[in-house]
This record gives sequence, C-alpha cells and structure tokens, in this order.
Amino acid sequence: MTEHVEELDLAALERIIAAERVTGRAALIPVLQQAQDHYGYLPEAVLEEIARRLRLPLSIVYGVVTFYAQFHLTPRGRHTIRSCQGTACHVKGGKAVLEALQRALGIRSGETTPDLRFTLETMACLGCCFLAPALLIDDQYFGKLTARDVESVLEQFS
Amino acid sequence: MTDSEGKYARLTSLEDLARYRERVRQEHDPQRPRVRVCMTGCRAFGAVQVRDALAREIEEQGLAREVDLVETGCHGLCAGAPVLAVDPYGFFYQHVRPEDASDIVGTTLKSGAPLERLGYDVNGTRVIDREQVPFFRGQRFVVLRNCGQIDPTRVEDYIRRDGYAALARALSELSPEDVIEQVKASGLRGRGGAGFPTGRKWELARSSPGDKKYLICNADEGDPGAFMDRGVLEGDPHSVLEGMAIAAYAIGADEGYIYVRAEYPIAVRHLRIAIAQAEAMGLLGSSILGTDFGFTVRLKEGAGAFVCGEETALMASIEGRRGMPNPRPPFPAQSGLWGKPTNINNVETFANIAPIVLRGGEWYASVGTEGSKGTKVFSLAGKVANTGLVEVPMGITLREVIFDIGGGMQGGHEFKAAQMGGPSGGCVPAQHLDLPIDYESLTAVGSIMGSGGMIVVDDATCIVDLARFFLNFVQSESCGKCVPCRVGTRRMLEILTRITQGEGREEDLEALGRLGRVIKDSSLCGLGQTGPNPVLSTLRYFRDEYLAHIRDRRCPAGVCHELICYIIDPEVCTGCTLCARKCPQGAIAGDKKQPHTIDAAQCVKCGLCLEVCKFDAVKVG
Repeated sequence: MTEHVEELDLAALERIIAAERVTGRAALIPVLQQAQDHYGYLPEAVLEEIARRLRLPLSIVYGVVTFYAQFHLTPRGRHTIRSCQGTACHVKGGKAVLEALQRALGIRSGETTPDLRFTLETMACLGCCFLAPALLIDDQYFGKLTARDVESVLEQFS
Repeated sequence: MTDSEGKYARLTSLEDLARYRERVRQEHDPQRPRVRVCMTGCRAFGAVQVRDALAREIEEQGLAREVDLVETGCHGLCAGAPVLAVDPYGFFYQHVRPEDASDIVGTTLKSGAPLERLGYDVNGTRVIDREQVPFFRGQRFVVLRNCGQIDPTRVEDYIRRDGYAALARALSELSPEDVIEQVKASGLRGRGGAGFPTGRKWELARSSPGDKKYLICNADEGDPGAFMDRGVLEGDPHSVLEGMAIAAYAIGADEGYIYVRAEYPIAVRHLRIAIAQAEAMGLLGSSILGTDFGFTVRLKEGAGAFVCGEETALMASIEGRRGMPNPRPPFPAQSGLWGKPTNINNVETFANIAPIVLRGGEWYASVGTEGSKGTKVFSLAGKVANTGLVEVPMGITLREVIFDIGGGMQGGHEFKAAQMGGPSGGCVPAQHLDLPIDYESLTAVGSIMGSGGMIVVDDATCIVDLARFFLNFVQSESCGKCVPCRVGTRRMLEILTRITQGEGREEDLEALGRLGRVIKDSSLCGLGQTGPNPVLSTLRYFRDEYLAHIRDRRCPAGVCHELICYIIDPEVCTGCTLCARKCPQGAIAGDKKQPHTIDAAQCVKCGLCLEVCKFDAVKVG
C-alpha cells in the first residue's frame, strides 16, 4: 500500500476527486480519506495535488489533516494496532496491555516500528466495552486480554 | 451492496409496499427452525467460526432445505458471546463454540430439544428459554426491536416486521404538523444526551423560514464506554433511515446526512447496504412510494475527533472544515449546514420514531415517568457480570439494571459506583442505587442520563484515577477554540495528576471545584460545559478517597502507581523464576525454587509480575 514519494502516482487522485458528488471544501475530508486509503498515508505531494485540484489553499488542507486523528503525514505500518483506552478498558487493565504492547514493539503509542510491521495507536473507545480490555488490529478484534497475551496476539501478524 | 440493487424492485405506491410486505410475510414460515447468530459484537469471540461450523453441519446433516441460518446484529448479552437464538423454540444459547454446532443441528434443529449446557447460568441451573433469562426479563424493546431478530442486510426482513409502515402512514394519513404532534405527544427527548424534546426541535426546524432544509443523523458515538448507537446501526440500520425519512417529511427537508464514526466498520457497511436497498425500492430518493415527497441520504464518515459529536462542530466537519464548535445562537434550526435550517438528532432518537408514528404518541408516553417517557438503551460495561446492550423503561432503578438484568458484580466484588454519561456525566454511588433512571433524578444527584454509557466500577477501581482518566480524555479532545476548556481542563488535569502521584495538597480540592464550576459556566460548547462533571461528582461522593491520596499518600484501591508497591509473599512464592524473567527492569531477584524479592528502587510498577504469577504470590502493598 505504502509507496515512496518519488514513485507516487498522482493520477489516482483524479479518479478519487472525479467520483465525489460535491466539489471544493465539502469534498475535502472524503477525498483525504480515500487518498489515505490509496497511498497508506498523506505525503506532501498528495496534499499539494489535492489543494490544487479542489482549489483550496494548502494551509486549509494541512489544517484539516492535522485536526483529525484519522489522518497521517508519515508512512504507516502494515498493521495498525488500536489499543482501546476507553472507560471499561481503563478499569479493567487496558493500560497494562498498552504498556506490554509498547515493550514488545519497542515503540510508543503513535509510532511505527522501523520495519513498518506495526503502527501502534490508542483509541478513546472502540465501542466494544464487553471485550475490555480490547485491541483492534486492522479489522480483527481481540478481547479480555492481559499483558501476558500480547506476544501471542502479535505473532499472528507478519 | 451491488447484489441488492438488481434484486429489489421499485415500489411505486403505498399499496405496492403493502403487497410486498404481505408477500415477504407469506414467504416467512414462523414455525420453520431458524438459528439466529450474532455476527457483529460476537465476532471477536469466534462468531464467524461458529456460523461456518453451523453451515457445514446443516449441510452434512441434510437440513439445508428445512432450516435457516440467519446472520443478525447484537442480541444484547455480549458477556455470553458468541450467542445465538433458535426459533421457533425460543432457545437462547451462549458461549457457543464451533464444536457445539453438531449438537445444535442434530439435537435442537432436528428435534427441537434444548442443549442445557449452553444455557444461562442461574445459581447452577441452566436457563434455555430466552423469556426466562433474567437478563432479558426486565427489558422492554422499542429501539432494539429488530436487533438480533433480523438480518440487517436484508430490507425484506425489516419490512416483514412493519418496516416502513410508519413512513407510509405518515405520507398517506398525516400532515407534517400531525407527525410533529405525535412526536410531541410521545414526550420523546433527544437520546444523544442533552434530552431536548424532539417534537419541539422539529417544530422549530419546520417553522424556520427557508425553502432548503437539511436533516442530520448524529452517529458519531464517541463517549468512551458507549456502544448503543453502534448496536442499532449494525443490527437495524433501516430503523434509522425510516426515522430520518419521517423527520425529513415533518420538517420539510429533502436532503440528509448520517455522520458516522469511521471506527465502526460494520455499522458503515450495513448503512451503505441499507441506503442502497432503500434507494432501489423507492423508500429513499425522489417521489418516495409514488408520492411527491423526496429525501436523499448521504453517509459521511467522521475522521476521528470527539468534539464532532457536538452539533455545530459536526456541521463544520461535513462542510469540510476543522470540526470546531460555534456559539449558539444561531441554532442549527435557524442557520445550520451551509447556513440553511438544519435539524440534528441522534441515532437512538431516530430509531424511536417509526414505532411512535405507527402506534401513536400516547402509546409511547404510557411508558416511563412524568418527565422521561419511553425506553432508554444503555451499554452496560465494566465490572458487571452481564456486559452488553440493554433497553429498559424509563423510571427503572439502577439496582434493577445492574443487579437483576446485569446479574450483579463480577467476581463477587463490591459495587462502588456507576459512571453514567461518560466524560460529560458523573458517578452514582451505592447510596443512590434505588434511584429511578430519568433525566431529572440523575441530574439531581450530579450525574446525567447522557447517551447511555453505564460503566460499573468496584472497590478495585480508584475513583481519583477514574476522574483523571475522563479529564485526560476531555483535555486531549478539546478542540482548543475557547480558553476555559483548552487551558482550564489542563490545569485541572495537572492537579489531578499530582494527587494521583501522592503530591496533592488539601487546597487542591477547593481549586478543582472552583475551576470546574468556572469551566462549566464559560465554555463554548457541551464538551467544556460538561467536562468537569466527572471530577465534581466524585468530589461530592468520594471526597475521602481524594483525601486518602492527599493526606495519607495512599490509594485505597491499589491503582495509582506512585502510591503502591509490589511485594512477593515468601510463603506463597515457589521460586519458579517466571516473574524474574518477565520483569522488564530486572528488578526481581532470587534463586530457583527460593522465594524471590522485588527491588523497590528499580521497580517501575508495571504490574507484569502480578499478571504473570501463577501462584498469586505477588501482592500490592
């Protein structure tokens, strides 16, 4: 998914923007979401191209990208780990699971492993409190975890 | 989604819909054996494998022509995941494993006999009959009427159970004003948290001048500890679409948006399918059911900002801007999306509309209390036995919800408090367990109804740490536009952090109260206006616990890192060396088969030794 800046194929943006039913500012967030799905993250060249095509100042595009937690300016790991730190997970040991993840991966929340295998994030709530403490890796949920389970969960992803 | 477009023919009149409903009802034999498997929340516990195993067994045991396997949304009892129900027997099975499929097919589907071992445990007796399971007995389903009953990706299932009949009734028998009257008579109040009367809100939007109006469904469920809307969107998306169409008719809108959290992938998928089906059948789009009423719905995925649950911030986000709130007035009903009159309701509010229009406002108002009518969905989580989704009549007591429906506390721990309303709400302590759940009573004890998150905590939860948790959330989600919220909550967080680190001062409690009140009074939007609530409510009921942290440098629940230490009980330790090997700091020493010790100077209190010890030799001191 992730491509290097010099190899970026900006033609995909044309297709994404053309498919939007609205133009200009109203199209910005959906276009950014789809662009990120396509490129894996939002490199500078992509933001510039989006700004140009939607006729928006780059500063506006950048402001929106940095406001929302979903958008990323740096390359992502092949797998995204979302460690839930919602209320139910908090009272049931979610923090211990997060700490175990950070130890096992050698990175902090918000970072990506150097081999681009994992990106680790925390979420305020995944909305599956019955699983607490819960993890979402890509689109797979893991629940009722302890720090002990972390390594066996990570082994399932290469 | 693509399959559905060819499959569903357009209904061009009200009679068409009635005929279609008649047809799907005739095709549905209620006596035919049917397994309904939750394929949403239960996925994490292997629902996919259970479904596959059932499908295989049905095939192998030669029942493919005689029974149905239905994939449904949430049944409510998430603690029993994976769960399934078997019709027509009314059996409810929980903790189902793929290995059980052979017996479920061979015993229950073939001969209608129950499998005791998969029943709900009541003091050692297994209850199989869903109607007799205590978890379901005290509930009353209006919003969740179809969740777990139907396949949410099949509009025909929804239509069979009176789906779109309320829309048809509104379009044929009721004027927009009549619809608003019914909703007013129902006493329905906004289920997103603020509790503003829905009928009154619609009236304001209807009477607002302008020929272009918008309708928005707020599906940006972001409160930590809340998953009611997720349950409805995943399990019964058409109920939301029908409620929206009726609302659009009432206020005079022809365009609507559903602003949904991107973190809910199944909800997004089911909504997309439902919208495509409704459009194909002429239940959304232009000239709905052959009338001159038209209404289109678009899906907008949120991009991860809690503040976008606030209505003015949500509209800013739809417009492609940073999701920052704006001062009201003007209210959205006057000047909302792109400056046009706009009406915003929450998912659960919309899901209530069809039953109200179909059965009348008075019917709805017959349930509940003086000021709070109808039912409310709660997501029950935390240290309660039956975590899951529950729908109860307003006025039920907290004790009934937590101890009867919820099955009491997990692991025999003692109830300490129920945290309601997430970061905007407060803790309800044990002395108020018999409080009736309604808007006024909850406000009177310093909590709120909120959107429906109910987190039960026990003696192992530190209240100060919990208050700090919510404030940390508010602080990181504050958009930064107004000073009280941006700076004030940070100051409160610093004080709370200090207290949890054993560096609190007694005057801190006074400062927290004062800051909290000022932030509430002066913040721009609901986030800051309610953000201090978890602190203020815990200060009110758990002052002693704050004081223990400050005066005694002690965390009674054994949670706050800086105030506890880990010790190994030499009587219990077998010297297995596991903790020493796992300790990331190398702080544990000891010879094999000899009791180990923890070097307090090196210990970072990660708690891993406690986690890994198989002999419970590690204690918190």
